[in-house]
Amino acid sequence: MALQRVKRRLKAATIADRLATGMFYAAGILLIVLFIAFVGYLLSKGMSRLNLQFITTAPKFMEEGGGIGPQLFNSFYLLILSLMVSVPLGIGAGVYLAEYAKPSRLTDAIRMSLDTLSSLPSIVIGLFGLLVFVNYLGWGFSLASGAMALLVINLPVITRVSEQAISSIPGSIKEGSLALGATHWQTIVRVVLPAALPGILSGVILMSGRIFGEAAALLYTAGMSSPPVDYTNWNPLHFNSPLNPFRPAETLAVYIWKVNSEGLLPDVTEVGNGASAVLLLTVLAFNILARSLGRFIQKKTSGATH
Amino acid sequence: MATAANSPPDARNLGVFRKLLSEGLGRFFVTVCAGIIILITLLMIFFVAYKGIAAFRGPEALSVSEVLFNATWAPWPTGMDGQPSFGILIFLVGSLLVSGLAVLFAAPLAVAAAIFTTEIAPHLGERYLRPALEMFTGVPSVVYGWVGLTVLVPFIRNYVGGLGFSLLAGSIVVAVMILPSIATLTIDALKALPNSFKEGSLALGATRWQTIRHVLVPAAGLRIGTAITLGLARALGEALAVQMVIGNSIQFPRSLLHGTSTLTSIMTMDMSNTLFGSLWNNVLWTMAFLLLCLTLLLVVLIRRMGGTQKRGVR
Repeated sequence: MALQRVKRRLKAATIADRLATGMFYAAGILLIVLFIAFVGYLLSKGMSRLNLQFITTAPKFMEEGGGIGPQLFNSFYLLILSLMVSVPLGIGAGVYLAEYAKPSRLTDAIRMSLDTLSSLPSIVIGLFGLLVFVNYLGWGFSLASGAMALLVINLPVITRVSEQAISSIPGSIKEGSLALGATHWQTIVRVVLPAALPGILSGVILMSGRIFGEAAALLYTAGMSSPPVDYTNWNPLHFNSPLNPFRPAETLAVYIWKVNSEGLLPDVTEVGNGASAVLLLTVLAFNILARSLGRFIQKKTSGATH
Repeated sequence: MATAANSPPDARNLGVFRKLLSEGLGRFFVTVCAGIIILITLLMIFFVAYKGIAAFRGPEALSVSEVLFNATWAPWPTGMDGQPSFGILIFLVGSLLVSGLAVLFAAPLAVAAAIFTTEIAPHLGERYLRPALEMFTGVPSVVYGWVGLTVLVPFIRNYVGGLGFSLLAGSIVVAVMILPSIATLTIDALKALPNSFKEGSLALGATRWQTIRHVLVPAAGLRIGTAITLGLARALGEALAVQMVIGNSIQFPRSLLHGTSTLTSIMTMDMSNTLFGSLWNNVLWTMAFLLLCLTLLLVVLIRRMGGTQKRGVR
């Protein structure tokens, strides 16, 4: 009687296990299929626009056949501008947290700030940028305002990435340098940072992919227009130059949102599909770059310990 | 060192002085960098709060309940009496519904996908699912919004009902958006568990499902909870993807298939066509402040969860 009951329970448990396994397979495979379908759909829909003409020419107004050239340029330029400020600051803060910070109120405040900044809605960051950089500082809708809004998003990520990369360096390397008579700062600059650099770089590239497609923080900072500029004028101080940080600059992601909400383009679907495909491919490229860099580091470090 | 010892004493002192100077300057620089992070956070909270309470001050001041607990949004003067009304309750409810439903859709699937990757089919998971999840964390939200608009909205309109622009469309788009990050964080949580947990359970004769349900998921519970809360915070703050598919009608959704508005969608749309400093504009800032407060609340919650977890390990 008792044996019978045990057997029945065992059987039930086995069946439940099989069912659960099936369910997990279903979930995993559903997601893989969903992802492939997502990428496949966008690429096939955007295919007709994935050509040099589309990604280099300017958009047209209320007319078919416009491109996304200026928007693509703006996205990259804005990314570079913002990294120019956020990389030194982020690495500096990362060094502080990894090398100098002791358990204290200040350290707690820094970590709390990092947590807060990294979960703030990007639209709120954009509005903060509108208030402070666009209005109070009088920069207007400009690349500079946009870069500052992106800085707020970048900074916590780069800080965290640098801190992790620095902390993961074996203590023996640092101790060797200190034992040779180098100061703490010399050790950081000449030994720790070079060793941590590939890790930081891979993290920054991965983050760049995300920043590249940011839109909500840029609507009201970098603006929703892209006045014609002269691409042969490389003087960043000239108002007509594409490099001038105080000109309004709509990015690719903002453009996708804008054409859709305005609905003035006759070929809005094609432009949207094409631009989305370009955005997706760029993110993919950033990901692959970061991933292969990560693999390279892994190979190098595992080779060193053997 | 040898050269320093051979050189005249002044030069040696100079070298030491330089070292100390660079040490001090270096330390000063990195401390300033860290300080800037705190400064930015404080400035952010201060400015948004300052603008956020502007609607409650001055000659045309509104009362808190007139804004927070009022469901009539008519910022332009309307009706016979011509009195505008600035109730944001619809948007608050809309935001909570969209993000709540999105988490409800995304969390079970994300946790299942994570378990699939770590416990059921590590080969398939590590090779295909995990890289895909990591890549999809980086897909811009406008791209999700765009696909939602061109694929999901027509699908709902044709096969489910309604206009397509709906609460359902909004929550699905946000669910797809937050799923990858919840899943990757859950994978990390499950991987951080000591192997002995699993081995002990299996050695006692438990099946794999029993081990997952009674040992692994409870043990990683807090970190999974943190992952889901982070997802909720992201869902609450998502603006453009939601704005593109939710319909932006000023009404409580009567069903999943009805459109509504969220705090973020109204902020996104109205900020550009209201005058800076006007009452309407100030109420938009109140919404931003409300969103900031909700996010801060979630951040504190997440930190609490992390704190208890650390104590548990010790």
